[in-house]
Amino acid sequence: MGLEEKLPSGVLLTTVEKLVNWTRKSSLWPATFGLACCAIEMMASGAGRYDLARFGMEVFRASPRQADLMIVAGRVSQKMAPVLRQIYDQMPEPRWVLAMGVCASSGGMFNNYAIVQGVDHIVPVDMYLPGCPPRPEMLMDAILKLHHKIQQEPLGAKRARQLARAQAEGTATDPLIEMPSTVRVDKEARRAYEQAAADGRTGQFLIERRDGNAVLLPEDRPTGLGKAWR
Amino acid sequence: MTTTSDPYAAGSRETTEGRVYTVTGGDWDVLLGGDAHGEERLVVNMGPQHPSTHGVLRLILDLEGETVTKARVTIGYLHTGIEKNTEYRTWTQGTTFVTRMDYLAPLYNEAAYCMAVEKLLGIEIPQRAATIRVLVMEINRIASHLVGLATGGMELGALTAMTNGFREREMCLDLLEEITGLRMNHAYIRPGGLAQDLPEGAVESIREFLKIMPGRVADYHRMLTGQPIWQRRLKDVGYLDVTGCLALGVTGPILRSAGLPWDLRKVDPYLGYETYDFEVPTADTADAWGRYLVRMAEINESLKLIAQALDRLEPGPVMVEDRKIAWPAQLSLGADGMGNSLDHVRHIMGQSMEALIHHFKLVTEGFRVPAGQVYVPIESPRGELGYHVVSDGSTRPWRVHVRDPSFVNLQATAAMSEGGMIADVIAAIASIDPVMGGVDR
Amino acid sequence: MAMTGPGDRSGADPSVGVNAASDGFRKGAFGVTGSGDTSGFGGLVRVEPGGAVALHSTERPYGGYFDEVTDALIEAVGEATYDAAVQRVLVDRGEITYFVVREHLLTLVQALRDDDALRFELCSSVSGVDYLDSGGPVATPDRPRLHVVYHLTSMTYRRRIRLEVAVTAEDPHVPSVTATYPTADWQERETFDMFGIVFDGHPALTRILMPDDWDGHPQRKDYPLGGVPVEYHDATIPPPDTRRAYR
Repeated sequence: MGLEEKLPSGVLLTTVEKLVNWTRKSSLWPATFGLACCAIEMMASGAGRYDLARFGMEVFRASPRQADLMIVAGRVSQKMAPVLRQIYDQMPEPRWVLAMGVCASSGGMFNNYAIVQGVDHIVPVDMYLPGCPPRPEMLMDAILKLHHKIQQEPLGAKRARQLARAQAEGTATDPLIEMPSTVRVDKEARRAYEQAAADGRTGQFLIERRDGNAVLLPEDRPTGLGKAWR
Repeated sequence: MTTTSDPYAAGSRETTEGRVYTVTGGDWDVLLGGDAHGEERLVVNMGPQHPSTHGVLRLILDLEGETVTKARVTIGYLHTGIEKNTEYRTWTQGTTFVTRMDYLAPLYNEAAYCMAVEKLLGIEIPQRAATIRVLVMEINRIASHLVGLATGGMELGALTAMTNGFREREMCLDLLEEITGLRMNHAYIRPGGLAQDLPEGAVESIREFLKIMPGRVADYHRMLTGQPIWQRRLKDVGYLDVTGCLALGVTGPILRSAGLPWDLRKVDPYLGYETYDFEVPTADTADAWGRYLVRMAEINESLKLIAQALDRLEPGPVMVEDRKIAWPAQLSLGADGMGNSLDHVRHIMGQSMEALIHHFKLVTEGFRVPAGQVYVPIESPRGELGYHVVSDGSTRPWRVHVRDPSFVNLQATAAMSEGGMIADVIAAIASIDPVMGGVDR
Repeated sequence: MAMTGPGDRSGADPSVGVNAASDGFRKGAFGVTGSGDTSGFGGLVRVEPGGAVALHSTERPYGGYFDEVTDALIEAVGEATYDAAVQRVLVDRGEITYFVVREHLLTLVQALRDDDALRFELCSSVSGVDYLDSGGPVATPDRPRLHVVYHLTSMTYRRRIRLEVAVTAEDPHVPSVTATYPTADWQERETFDMFGIVFDGHPALTRILMPDDWDGHPQRKDYPLGGVPVEYHDATIPPPDTRRAYR
């Protein structure tokens, strides 16, 4: 990537890295690659209710040359596979791929002659999102996890080496588990979360915060959407 | 004959055939320089990845300037082999496959498939099941027309139509989620009836929806119908009269926009549609504008149908009585999501051996359907959706062929677009409103 | 590869199993051959329930509007042509099927569309079916296994009929009805793509759903479903067409 080569190595690099990654994740423009049912849920995510624009992603670029993220939404047939690869090749780096739905992740329920059993046979995938089709909230969750992953990406070869060393030692931050914003704003919860992260039990911590429920119904959530949006 | 100041310029005059030049020699550069429709033939490939082709559709257009001289449509980019997949699954599992063909109107696929299976079985579903089927199908029709409007508007550049259309569609999907559990691809309509009954509170939600929706439809009319750009983009675009429609097998809003009130709910009624009071809206312009008006009017008719269906809901079963066909499990919402209700599990494990055997055999093996073939057509939002189902007497279908309306309607693209402008191709396809999942299956 | 799951038949012969040609008798309760069927029903022998195509035909009168249509058709094409064209007629579940020989298909279709008493303006559907052994208890070697099924709708009289033409896989030629019903264009292309039935007289018979250079015709019964085994941590589930099937 051009940016990395131009930067000096040294003390400022980590700050620059955070800045660069932040800009990349905050305006991650998706390429329209909606194929089937998942495409409709993707469009619904971009529409008014589950607004993707608040994450900087409203602009679905039709041209892959201007896109960062290819959300493969839907089943990829044998006839479509070369087209998929061509669109991926036309995207300039940095680029990421999100396989939306089970058909893109693994072939889904269509284990047959006509469907490619997972787009990772064709393009490298950064995030897999199961669901048939995944709800817009699930798509947003996957996108946010991808944002978190992008935020952790090393900028340049030296940083990549540092990160590999940290991972080998076990001191690297988990690229997937992200502190929820409701925890971040509460100082006490934040300290407890960081303690749990050090112990490696962030999932359990979050379940305890929800009083043992795996998921909270919309009425019980602290920022519940409910039916009030209309 | 007009003369210009340049003595070497070719004279020209307008005729019914277009501009006719009188060439006197030595002035070819002047002649061709001024003519916009010269030797500019271009072959343009639109798609399969394109924001305006309504899905993975590939259009190969021969253009002369902006005029389309030849339009070739290539499909198959979403071919999933669903028809062959159903041959390896039980009859009940076929519902989940078939629902993903036309993913904007999945309940129609399910309903037609289940009606075909029930015709082969020779059973009749309970009245309440038929009423609820009509109810959810009409909600789905509204959702499908809204998507057609939204994506059509987006393709033409009316992005507000897109955001508004999806807003109303979210209301429809909320209803369907409350009733069936899923926003799309519901697998709710099963052979023999329905997967489960309406939950508590669903009727109230639907009544609220019926109060809000007519105002929203009026909003659409206020926003789009009088708008001059919208009118000029759609009027006289994608013209296909009744003869053309019948020759090409085109049904649905396109046929109704040409003036023929052919609606299978009136002509060949099923699920009790003959007892409902509704109109079949038509237009007489046979163009994209007429289809837009027809779809908007159909949304209003669907609202009437939903109100009538709600009024005639009587308590009763939603699955056939025959225990050899009825889906055994009662589903209910538990702490970890939807699953077999605990009462049912207690019953089959502790109280009735026969029920346990039924449950086991129906889930693993499925029921047997006597040999034969049927063709069941219904009126989906896009036209005649027909299921040709062949059974060989076993627990799995022998052949399920879907006569998908989008597949047949899309053949009309060339007839609608050739001779027009390239921008009108987009409008024509948007007015056909094809769903590529149904086209390619 | 570690242990395989209970339904693993990856070593099984693909010509036996769920969709293999039968000789009229169904053996065993599950579609399992070789070892693996511990149900005790392995020795069960049952007669095939008539197979996919009922080979009987219905006698006159057919009931409903079917008699009117048949009489009008006989009048339109002539008794001789009708007897030569229509091998048998089946009325089942409220629908009528005319089993037609391919030589006379175009004559019949033209008459069905144009005759005033018939007026089947709309060809609703053209589909193919592969009856691998054409059903029935006795299999013969040259049974025409590929059927093309035409559903015609008369909008004027609100009627529906079905025409069925059968051809063998060795000589899969059927005349194309696109001259009479242009809507059959893409539908015949799909039938060609999926079953290999060649429609003579079609303006542009090419593959429509599969890539243009695809080999084979996927919806024939001897074409495998083509899935891949699904891998889990300790087991592999084979694709649906090689699994044990409870038939």
